[in-house]
Amino acid sequence: MNIVVCVKYVPDAQGDRTFNEDNTTDRANVDGLLSELDEYAVEAALKIVEAGEGEVTVVTVGPEQAADALKKALQMGADKAVHVSDEAIHGSDAVATSLVLAEAVKKIGSPDLVLTGLSSTDGTMSVVPAMLAERLGLPQVTQVSTLEVADGTVKGRRDGDAVSESLEASLPALVSVTDQINEPRYPSFKGIMAAKKKPVETWSLADLGVDAGQVGLDAAWTKVESFAQRPPREQGEIVTDEGDGGTKLAEFLAAQKFV
Amino acid sequence: MTEATSAAVTLVAMPVQRLMPTPESADLIELTRDLARRELAPRVDAAEKAAEMPRDVYLTLGEAGLLSLPYPEEYGGGGQPYEVYLQVIEEIAHAWMSVAVGTSVHSLSCYALATVGSETQRKELLPDMLSGRLLGAYGLSEPDAGSDVSAISTRARRSEDGSSYTVRGRKAWISNAGYADFYTTFVRTGDDPTRGLSCLLIPADTDGLSFGAPERKMGLASDPVREVVLDDAVVDAGRLIGEEGEGMKIALAALDSGRLGIAAAATGLAQSALDVAIAYAKERRQFGRAIADNQGLAFLLADMEAAVSSGRTAYLYAARLRDAGRPFTREAAVAKLAATDAAMKVTTDAVQVLGGAGYTQDFPVERMMRDAKVTQIFEGTNQIQRLVISRQLLK
Repeated sequence: MNIVVCVKYVPDAQGDRTFNEDNTTDRANVDGLLSELDEYAVEAALKIVEAGEGEVTVVTVGPEQAADALKKALQMGADKAVHVSDEAIHGSDAVATSLVLAEAVKKIGSPDLVLTGLSSTDGTMSVVPAMLAERLGLPQVTQVSTLEVADGTVKGRRDGDAVSESLEASLPALVSVTDQINEPRYPSFKGIMAAKKKPVETWSLADLGVDAGQVGLDAAWTKVESFAQRPPREQGEIVTDEGDGGTKLAEFLAAQKFV
Repeated sequence: MTEATSAAVTLVAMPVQRLMPTPESADLIELTRDLARRELAPRVDAAEKAAEMPRDVYLTLGEAGLLSLPYPEEYGGGGQPYEVYLQVIEEIAHAWMSVAVGTSVHSLSCYALATVGSETQRKELLPDMLSGRLLGAYGLSEPDAGSDVSAISTRARRSEDGSSYTVRGRKAWISNAGYADFYTTFVRTGDDPTRGLSCLLIPADTDGLSFGAPERKMGLASDPVREVVLDDAVVDAGRLIGEEGEGMKIALAALDSGRLGIAAAATGLAQSALDVAIAYAKERRQFGRAIADNQGLAFLLADMEAAVSSGRTAYLYAARLRDAGRPFTREAAVAKLAATDAAMKVTTDAVQVLGGAGYTQDFPVERMMRDAKVTQIFEGTNQIQRLVISRQLLK
């Protein structure tokens, strides 16, 4: 079972987020890390391979520093990594990202399974997995909280607000997993040492045969016109319960048109 | 996203820049910070208030390879220099002092076996000890033998066929007691005050080994300290580490290294208190401005920073001497003295910066101040450190 896990390097949510002059996210001057939601996909892939055989390849599309996200996945136990990096990719939207990822996955080989996280923790659009599946012509099983691979099929459970769906697809397939699926492992110091020797390939758009005009800010279907910092939260209203707390609460909710 | 992650976002990130000797040791610091942020910081407050020993944390640290860093790779260790190991201890202490002390004690308890144990003993025991599956404790002190190691009276008598020792006595102030799986214990096998000591690695489930009541300490509540009572405990002779009579030598050699562990932990604790003080001073407003805008207070913070940095510099210098195979006894004592006195001063000043808030248990600095006091006492009181330093100067 060969698995490709698509991961993203995102700005550390603990740091301040800044933007470039072209209103794209500043990724060069902020601390970044492997998107925490992608750790679940890496863990899911490692569990499958450890229970059987095969190898886990992690792939990312991003600037030079995105190699840190790959390194973390390799330290967790992935076998090899592919870094697609090209200045022309700067400002790409989900459509272009899925194109680049699809070509990268094809070039890696024909994996039995492509795994992704639920969404990135910076863009949080959740659309790349579906777009990628379409481009690769694979069945898509998205947002599952369980995952089972056996006899050429993949099964998973998608928990919705009202119902839980049991999904099944034939392999090869694309699966995106939620943060409920497992508890991602930490790298170990042994993993850190081992990762130093694992192969990391860096590919450009030319290596993938993707035309630079199809990606980047100019090709994006959506553009950020402007942005503003979220206003600081205002202090809430404190109601002291003098036996009439319930009434006051109901009045407050009614005033806000919640009830 | 897990609850722990979101809870940790409000905590102060470790701000220290580190010049690590290798890329993998830099990654190791990143891993330690990740573990500290996600596994230690969210739990420290509740666990310390409830005096809970977080045994599972040591398993997590062990799986990550953090309990075995200074030991050889062939026995499952990380093969890292002390310069690296100690900075990891400092990072752990920044999040949770009790765990840093427990880790340092565990590492110390592996020292005898790793350095003078036989090949058979190392192969049998060391991998499980270094992985944290087995937790260690260190039994040197006794009710009447603390700084004076030669006063040890716990007696180990060899059986007639030489196959075992019968051990009788009490070991005092034992960290990890009741939770540890083995006790690296110094016992008297001969009458000579110093040459009559030996080292036994006693399994926790040995008949005749029991514990006193937990000590009711000022701080380090999550570090369980009890007496270990050896009431004719029969220990297999295969658990003798080194030769009979080598105990004093083993104990003293380990002490220098153990002192560096405490110096590093005290530095992390002091850094943590400083970080809280800085954040509070920038936020707290009086007379229409942040209290940090008063130079009197800003200079207090500057002195705290100088004290923390001095402690760090001292332990790193001693560690580098050790890593280079040079003598480092004097420098280790200097580091222990400087870093722990700095921790006491900085945590006390942090309480001062936070004022009334600092004196309450709603903020962590009062706990840090209580935790700091013991660092001036254990692994050799700071008076003993002065004795070691002055003897080295005047010999």
